[in-house]
Amino acid sequence: MSKNLDINVHHLTRVEGHGNIVVNMRDGKLERAELHIVEAMRYFEAMMKGRSFHEAAIITSRICGICSLGHQMSSLKATEDALGIEISKQTLLLRKLLVHGATIQSNILHVYFLVAPDLLGAPSVFPLVPTHKDVILRALRMKRLANDIGDIISGRAVHPITPVPGGFTRIPTVGELKEIKRRLIEEGLPDVIETVKTVKAIADGIPNFVRETEYISLRNENEYALYDGDIYSSDTGVTDDHNYLEMTNEFVVPHSTSKHAKHNRTSYMVGALARWNNNYDLLTEISRNAAEELGLTPKCYNPYMNNVAQVVECAHCIEDSIKIIDELLADGLKDEKPNQTPTKYGQGVGATEVPRGILYHEYEYDRQGNIIKANCIIPTGQNLANIDDDMKKLVPEIINKPKKDIVKHLEMLVRAYDPCISCSVHMLNVEFINED
Amino acid sequence: MSKPKVAFFDFTSCEGCQLNKLNLEDHLLDILEHIDIVEFREAMDDKADEYDISFIEGSISTPSCIARIHDIRRRSKILIALGACATQGGINAMKNLHPIEEVRETVYGDDKYLFPTLPAMPVSAIVKVDYEVNGCPMSTPEFLKVLKSLLAGQEPIKPDSAVCVECKLRENECLYDRGMVCLGPISKSGCGAICPSFGQFCTGCRGLVSNADKNAMIDILTSHGITLDEAKKRLLLFNSYDHSQSMPK
Repeated sequence: MSKNLDINVHHLTRVEGHGNIVVNMRDGKLERAELHIVEAMRYFEAMMKGRSFHEAAIITSRICGICSLGHQMSSLKATEDALGIEISKQTLLLRKLLVHGATIQSNILHVYFLVAPDLLGAPSVFPLVPTHKDVILRALRMKRLANDIGDIISGRAVHPITPVPGGFTRIPTVGELKEIKRRLIEEGLPDVIETVKTVKAIADGIPNFVRETEYISLRNENEYALYDGDIYSSDTGVTDDHNYLEMTNEFVVPHSTSKHAKHNRTSYMVGALARWNNNYDLLTEISRNAAEELGLTPKCYNPYMNNVAQVVECAHCIEDSIKIIDELLADGLKDEKPNQTPTKYGQGVGATEVPRGILYHEYEYDRQGNIIKANCIIPTGQNLANIDDDMKKLVPEIINKPKKDIVKHLEMLVRAYDPCISCSVHMLNVEFINED
Repeated sequence: MSKPKVAFFDFTSCEGCQLNKLNLEDHLLDILEHIDIVEFREAMDDKADEYDISFIEGSISTPSCIARIHDIRRRSKILIALGACATQGGINAMKNLHPIEEVRETVYGDDKYLFPTLPAMPVSAIVKVDYEVNGCPMSTPEFLKVLKSLLAGQEPIKPDSAVCVECKLRENECLYDRGMVCLGPISKSGCGAICPSFGQFCTGCRGLVSNADKNAMIDILTSHGITLDEAKKRLLLFNSYDHSQSMPK
């Protein structure tokens, strides 16, 4: 096969913004298959220097509007770890509930609004409004429910207000929690079961591509780890989260303003599929049934199935949220003030599973409670090397397809990782040079 | 009359303002009946040549941002800045407080010259901005109000009173009486005092009112137990671009 191929999908994606897919093949030999990240840099680690522990989560929330809750959770955990601040069981449960809300919100948005148009051959969700109105209304209802969990408990789903070091500035009322629970039961559960049917009906369009890689996620023996757990690698097992740098090994590549990461191999995967592969034994019943229904079986090495794992997680989060609310109500809500008295000033790490994967924050504080050093490692950055490796295997496998199909497969691959809402959809200006 | 062509663009930002638009679940389908969304990168593939209304999220912070915003302005009849990054530089402009060399080195080490960067600026530093929707994230009710005003051919109202005004209307207990410090007295309202209503201090994310007395604000902050240095940092959290040069020494 002596095939020449040049693909340059300009401004496709990121991690919050802008990236290009670049593929070059010469005489059947793949020279390059890369996701170029051209997003403008933010320099948060530099901005954080000298800021108070009261501000750390307010600032880092602004790294990503879509994962703002996750950033706050990792940030608060890192600060509390560094300052020796304990949190109450009520705070822990309310935070877990918030993480569930944010996960449902993000996964629903991605699967319905960004992935489904691909599977239905539409350029966006908007043309589907008249033809699939019930499905769109269901997606909006699920998103609203998930966002209301954030709005009610944290004041605002995007850049939450109430979560602070040591607790919350406002505790929700019993009535508010009961109302969320009612909606989770009456709307959330039936809607997620319908979602499984919808996805099953269009799942034929999910490409069949297999590449086994290293899967890294949190793992917690008591529950499907989202808010908390140890780091777990499918290759090397458990690592304490304080040793996260051994897992991430970030490095700069010229084709990406976002750093790459690697651990035991040239790349690893984080996100819903990694969590599923590492923790499927801890899912709730409805979510296990959903996985079975959608043909997601352990272990799954098809990165496109990440989107199916996202649906399965929605079912889990809805079911588990009901249990959390029951526990909060059974314990009785207490009007606790946040515990903001540091017992030490040092270094601390926070790791949380946000929708796109494991998110690390690390801070070092001086004796005034101001940040000396900050480090944040974002899930999409961790996935970039893995996406490049997927493309290197995928392109030769589909090289005999028409170029339009090759590009679509590549775009769908990047989108499957849910690199960020912004990233996923605008893979335009596809350029073919030297068509062969 | 045909529907106005509306586009959304993002620059250096977290994209939370755009997400907030997608979070208008209850209004989204109604809005779509009145406007024609011709470009919205994170939700659709389509592109257009010109726009009746362009909404811009994010700061200008690289040479390529400058070229791009010129191009968008040229093709837009009305251009609206959405959210703190676009209206006043927001959180991004905090990097301007540190020497640029140190900022680059902190994040990229020896590879610091791979990616060109500029001080973070609001959109209005580069091109004319017709209206602003403030906040971090932008307030969705305010976004709807501005959009509806424009569709009705009216001038959107720009709030310029302090957050304290809205906080009093909500009958909140003053955070100063609860032993906290808050930027409500000089921060621009329009948010419904959402943070104080949830027990958290105002961060000034909507910018400062046009006649803000920063010296008096700093006196209040320092008389409530925080240092002058800390007080200045609080004020600059979302307002480094406009106010870092005019802070009391």
